[in-house]
Amino acid sequence: MPDPAAPSAQPFNPASAPDYLPRPQLQALQLERLQATVARAYERVPLFRERCEQRGITPAAIQGLEDIQRLPFTVKDDLRDTYPFGLFASPREEIVRLHASSGTTGKPIVVAYTHDDLAVWSEVVSRTLSACGVHPGDMVQNAFGYGLFTGGLGAHYGAERLGATVVPISGGNTERQMMVMRDFGVTTLCSTPSYFLHLLERAHAAGIDWPNLPLRVGVFGAEPWTEAMRQRIEQESGIRAYDIYGLSEIIGPGVGSECCAQEGLHIFEDHFYPEIIDPATGEPLPDGEEGELVLTTLSKQAMPMLRYRTRDITAIIPEPCACGRTVRRIQRIGRRSDDMFIIRGINVFPAQVETALLEVEGTLPHYQITLSRQGSLDQMEVAVEVTEAVLSDTVGGMEALRKRLSDALEHVVGVRVGVRLAEPRSLPRSEGKAKRVIDNRGEGA
Amino acid sequence: MKFKQLSLFLENQPAHLKQPCTILADAGINIRTLSLADADQFGILRLIVADWERAKRVLEEAGCAVRVDDVVGLEVPDERGGMAQVLSVLERGGHNVLYTYAFTFGTEGRAVLFMRFDDPDAAIDTLQDGGITVLDPAQWLSASG
Repeated sequence: MPDPAAPSAQPFNPASAPDYLPRPQLQALQLERLQATVARAYERVPLFRERCEQRGITPAAIQGLEDIQRLPFTVKDDLRDTYPFGLFASPREEIVRLHASSGTTGKPIVVAYTHDDLAVWSEVVSRTLSACGVHPGDMVQNAFGYGLFTGGLGAHYGAERLGATVVPISGGNTERQMMVMRDFGVTTLCSTPSYFLHLLERAHAAGIDWPNLPLRVGVFGAEPWTEAMRQRIEQESGIRAYDIYGLSEIIGPGVGSECCAQEGLHIFEDHFYPEIIDPATGEPLPDGEEGELVLTTLSKQAMPMLRYRTRDITAIIPEPCACGRTVRRIQRIGRRSDDMFIIRGINVFPAQVETALLEVEGTLPHYQITLSRQGSLDQMEVAVEVTEAVLSDTVGGMEALRKRLSDALEHVVGVRVGVRLAEPRSLPRSEGKAKRVIDNRGEGA
Repeated sequence: MKFKQLSLFLENQPAHLKQPCTILADAGINIRTLSLADADQFGILRLIVADWERAKRVLEEAGCAVRVDDVVGLEVPDERGGMAQVLSVLERGGHNVLYTYAFTFGTEGRAVLFMRFDDPDAAIDTLQDGGITVLDPAQWLSASG
C-alpha cells in the first residue's frame, strides 16, 4: 500500500497556471473581464443600472482598470434589500446552485451560481489547496459545514477538482472526526481554526498520538485568527496551518489563500479584483495602506458583484512573493470593521483581546467577551479558560494570573477589563465559528 | 519520600466540587485527603490519592486541568505542641511552608500533616534531622488503602 502521506508524483496543479501570469498579461485579462462583467450587470441587474445612471456612467466608461473607481459600491444591505433573487444576472433556469448565509440579523442573503460559475469556483478552490501544499491523492477531511453555507460544498468540489480524496464529513461530531482522521490516514483537514483547536484538545484527552498521524496540512478559514494562534496550532499538532479567504457574496472559499511562504494571502486576481478603500470616506488607498477590502468579481455570471465592500480590514502587499506567484497578496485579516465593538467610546476588536491574552504566557485563546452595563457605565469582562500550563496550586498564584491577564488587556484595550477565570472546556464552543462577543447592553445602548 | 498532590481549578459554583469527586469515585479511586483553598470566584482543590497517575488521567479525560506538585507528608503525636515542634524544626532550617493541611482521624493518636515547600527535598532532610517522622508515600498509601 502506498504511503498516504507521500506527495503525489505530479504536484503541480495545471489550474494554478494563472497564479503565475506576467503582470501585464494578467492586467489585460482583468480589463477584458471587468468590461464584460460591467456590461452584463448593467444590462441585467436593475439596481446596478440605476446607480450607474445616477452617476451618469455606462459600461463604456470602463476604458482601463483604474476606471473601476468610477463604479458604485455594493454593500451587504443591497443583497438583503433585493432578497431573494434581485441581484441575479442570469435567467433562473440557468442557475444550478443557490447558497444562503443565515445572517445574524434580519433576512439571509442568497447567492447563485451557473454551471460556469461552479467550474470557476472549483478551479479557485483547487488553486487554494495547491497553494496550501495539498496534492492530488491527498486524503482531505472536509469539516466545513455542508448545506446552505458555502464552505462545505465549496471546499468539497475544489478538492475533487484537484484530484484529492474527499471525506465529506461536514462539521460537528468530534468523536467521528477523530476516528476518520486516524483510520482513513487523513493528510489534510479543512475546518475553522477554532474547531481544529477543539479537535486537538479532545484528541489529547482521548490519548490520540498526534505525531504519528499522517495529518500534514490544515486549511483554515471562515473566521479571523491570529498569527499567535497559528504558531500554537503548528507547535501542538506538528501540521502546517494555512489561512484561506473567501466570502459567499463573492463566491465562497477560494477568493484568496496563503502559500508556502505564509506571508499574506494571494488573491486569485484573474477572477477577483481587489481594492483597498478608506472605510470612512470610500476613497481608494494605495497598495500597502490598511483599509477596507473591496472586491469585484471578474468572471461570475449568475451574480456579478461590483466593488463589494467586504468590511474586512487589510492591506494589499504589492511586493513579489517568495513562492513565485504574481497574483498580489493581502495581509491576513485580523479584524472586520463590523466585529468591532465600542466600550466607553473606545473601539475594540476581538483580535486585540486575543493578542493580549496570548502575550501572557501559556494562556489559551479560548475566551469569551461579555459586555454589560452597570448604571450608565459599560463593563467588559473576559472569561478565560484555565489550562494545565497556567494552573497554580495556590489562590495567590491564580490571582496573580488574573492580574497579569487584566493588565495585559488594559494595556491593549485602554480601559479596565474584568477577567474571570473559567474551568477548562466550560466556555461554549460552536462547532463552526467561535462566538467571541456577547453584548448584553441592549438595544439603543 | 514525596507525595504527588493533584490540584484542580474549580469555579465557585454549586456542584462544582462534587464533579471531580464523582469522577474519581466512578473510577474506583479513593481520595485519601484533600484541602480546598477558596477565593471569591474560584477554588483550588488539592487531592492526595493512592494512584495519582490514573487519577490525573481520568480527571483530564473528563476535561479537568490538573497540576501535580510534590508535597511532604509527616506525622506528629496528636497532642499539645505537636505542630509547634514541627514548625520550630522547619524554622531552624529556614524553610517556608507555602501551605499545609492536617487530619487526625483514623491515625491512632497521631496527626498527619501535608506541607508544600519550595524545596521539598531540603525540607525532608531538615525534618528528619529534627526527629520528625516523614511519611513514605508507597508505604502510607498502601497501608491505609
